[in-house]
Amino acid sequence: MQKLNNRIAQAFAGKKAFIAFLTAGDPDMESTIRYIKIMAGAGADLIEIGIPFSDPTAEGVVIQEANLRALKGGMDTDKAFEIVRRVRQENVTIPLVFMTYVNPVFFYGYDRFFARCEEVGVDGIILADMPFEESREAAMPAAAHNVSLISMIAPTSEDRIKTIASQAEGFIYIVSSLGVTGVRREITTDIGAMVRSLREVTDTPCAVGFGISTPKQAGDMAACSDGAIVGSAIVRIIARLGDKADGELEAYVRSMKEAVEQA
Amino acid sequence: MEKGRYGIHGGQYISETLMNEIIRLEECYEFYKKDPEFNRELETLLRDYAGRPSLLYYAEKMTKDLGGAKIYLKREDLNHTGSHKINNCLGQVLMAKKMGKTRVIAETGAGQHGVATATAAALLGMECEIFMGKEDTDRQALNVYRMELLGAKVHPVTTGTQTLKDAVNETMREWTGRVADTHYVLGSVMGPHPFPMIVRDFQSVISREARAQILEREGALPAAVVACVGGGSNAMGTFYHFIQDPDVELIGCEAAGKGVDTPLHAATIARGRLGVFHGMKSYFCQDEHGQIAPVYSISAGLDYPGIGPEHAYLHDTGRAKYVPVTDDEAVDAFEYLARTEGIICAIESAHAVAHVRKIAGNYRKDQSIIICLSGRGDKDVAAIARYRGIQITE
Repeated sequence: MQKLNNRIAQAFAGKKAFIAFLTAGDPDMESTIRYIKIMAGAGADLIEIGIPFSDPTAEGVVIQEANLRALKGGMDTDKAFEIVRRVRQENVTIPLVFMTYVNPVFFYGYDRFFARCEEVGVDGIILADMPFEESREAAMPAAAHNVSLISMIAPTSEDRIKTIASQAEGFIYIVSSLGVTGVRREITTDIGAMVRSLREVTDTPCAVGFGISTPKQAGDMAACSDGAIVGSAIVRIIARLGDKADGELEAYVRSMKEAVEQA
Repeated sequence: MEKGRYGIHGGQYISETLMNEIIRLEECYEFYKKDPEFNRELETLLRDYAGRPSLLYYAEKMTKDLGGAKIYLKREDLNHTGSHKINNCLGQVLMAKKMGKTRVIAETGAGQHGVATATAAALLGMECEIFMGKEDTDRQALNVYRMELLGAKVHPVTTGTQTLKDAVNETMREWTGRVADTHYVLGSVMGPHPFPMIVRDFQSVISREARAQILEREGALPAAVVACVGGGSNAMGTFYHFIQDPDVELIGCEAAGKGVDTPLHAATIARGRLGVFHGMKSYFCQDEHGQIAPVYSISAGLDYPGIGPEHAYLHDTGRAKYVPVTDDEAVDAFEYLARTEGIICAIESAHAVAHVRKIAGNYRKDQSIIICLSGRGDKDVAAIARYRGIQITE
């Protein structure tokens, strides 16, 4: 597959990546813009911005509730693009990736959606309900606009790992555990084995997400892959502090980044 | 047509975590579908336990009253557990057991699919957990207790709109977390491939019987077959063996709630748009940003924002026609059938009865119409009383 010309490779260039997630519009648009800048400033190497969906079937309770808060506050697809346009204007240069479900993107129109991504500076997209078999309809318009359609592999992927990894773009999202997103006490999957398997077919970087909340977990996961992804733990801080999470978010991202760097 | 597709509809839009399980499910289904032993066991269960074949009853008084086509009722309400849902549940739970699963989970709206799943699980010795929207556990409290009597654990779902679509969300989440020993008994012709095919095949027993029964009784095929549609399992089962008979009209009746021009309906074909949700591409009720819209119907079983992909395809090709029926019309038909034929049918099925009341007179007296009476109405009696402003205490 052709290499796309976007920012994602920067996140993994000579370092382990700390990847942060937040939901667009939770608790409001201005806070999301500020939080993206704060997390980028505190060392996040890539930020995933969730476009809220009414029925987020891959999410645990924490991110489900963030989706509902954001939708209640009037967040929509165009406003998510506006958030990215604004943070790019304010000199956030790290890669930014959308995370959402197929329907909001399909409904917007794949080509129109990815054209808008390219225009405002979105580098990739993760669609939680689009497995490899269905990815063609989105992958081609995405690539035409230099947007990487990020592939996921899960503990149940087994023989599928190589097929998926050989076609992967941007980075590979390794789902650490069965189930939905959310903080977990421990991760028991043999991530090292998954990474070795995909390394046989690709040098596309891979990062581990689902269940990571502590610096120790982030360090452990980054040690056996190229980075750690944290969602629910960040969304939980925002849920607790609303539009006053600036200080705590900055300190949290700093501590996680440090742990990942030492991995 | 591409595998798992019905025209542009269908597909497998689910998380990677479930993909290998879905692929294995399809392989197992293709095996058991042709396995004589499996088919023998399932036929025995359907006959001796569920009470099949279900009757095709000539509704003579209704026919005379409406003054047109002869009306036949396919009595799925007489099946064990009181609805067509048992056809699919016995098939899926038996298959799950053969696949080595020890636990089944399912969503339910009105509770009919939950009861049928719990029943099959009790009979076949499987653990069973049912997910049901909190709003539905309140309006169908009797069915909750019924499931518990059958040994199932019922989880009230408090997320989202707390109805059927949220119950599906929660069952999918549960399956993603525990897939090795667990089979998801999806209750309608929806979800990712192979579910729409599996559920259709297990429900197609309805039209296999009905086609033979009407030919024996009338010596001719019916002019129309009519069924209610939420996700669309009883309708798909009722249509399936008539699809190749071009002169048989196929009519699905959607829940129009307070009317398709109000926000309070669940009429997916009338008002929905193409989308991707719950594992499939099909038509869905959604807002202008692609968010799934809250839907409404007096009938908890039709209160779903989507429709199965094969129905979406039958609509696209014009082979089947889908019409909206309001709460008012359904409640009137519920009462009409009780008074005219002495049959208290499910409020879901009453949507189909309501439409036939409108169209029967357009047909000649030597023609016939089959209505699928998908379930019995005991569960709805209290709600109908409330609708009429009557308070009942049990």
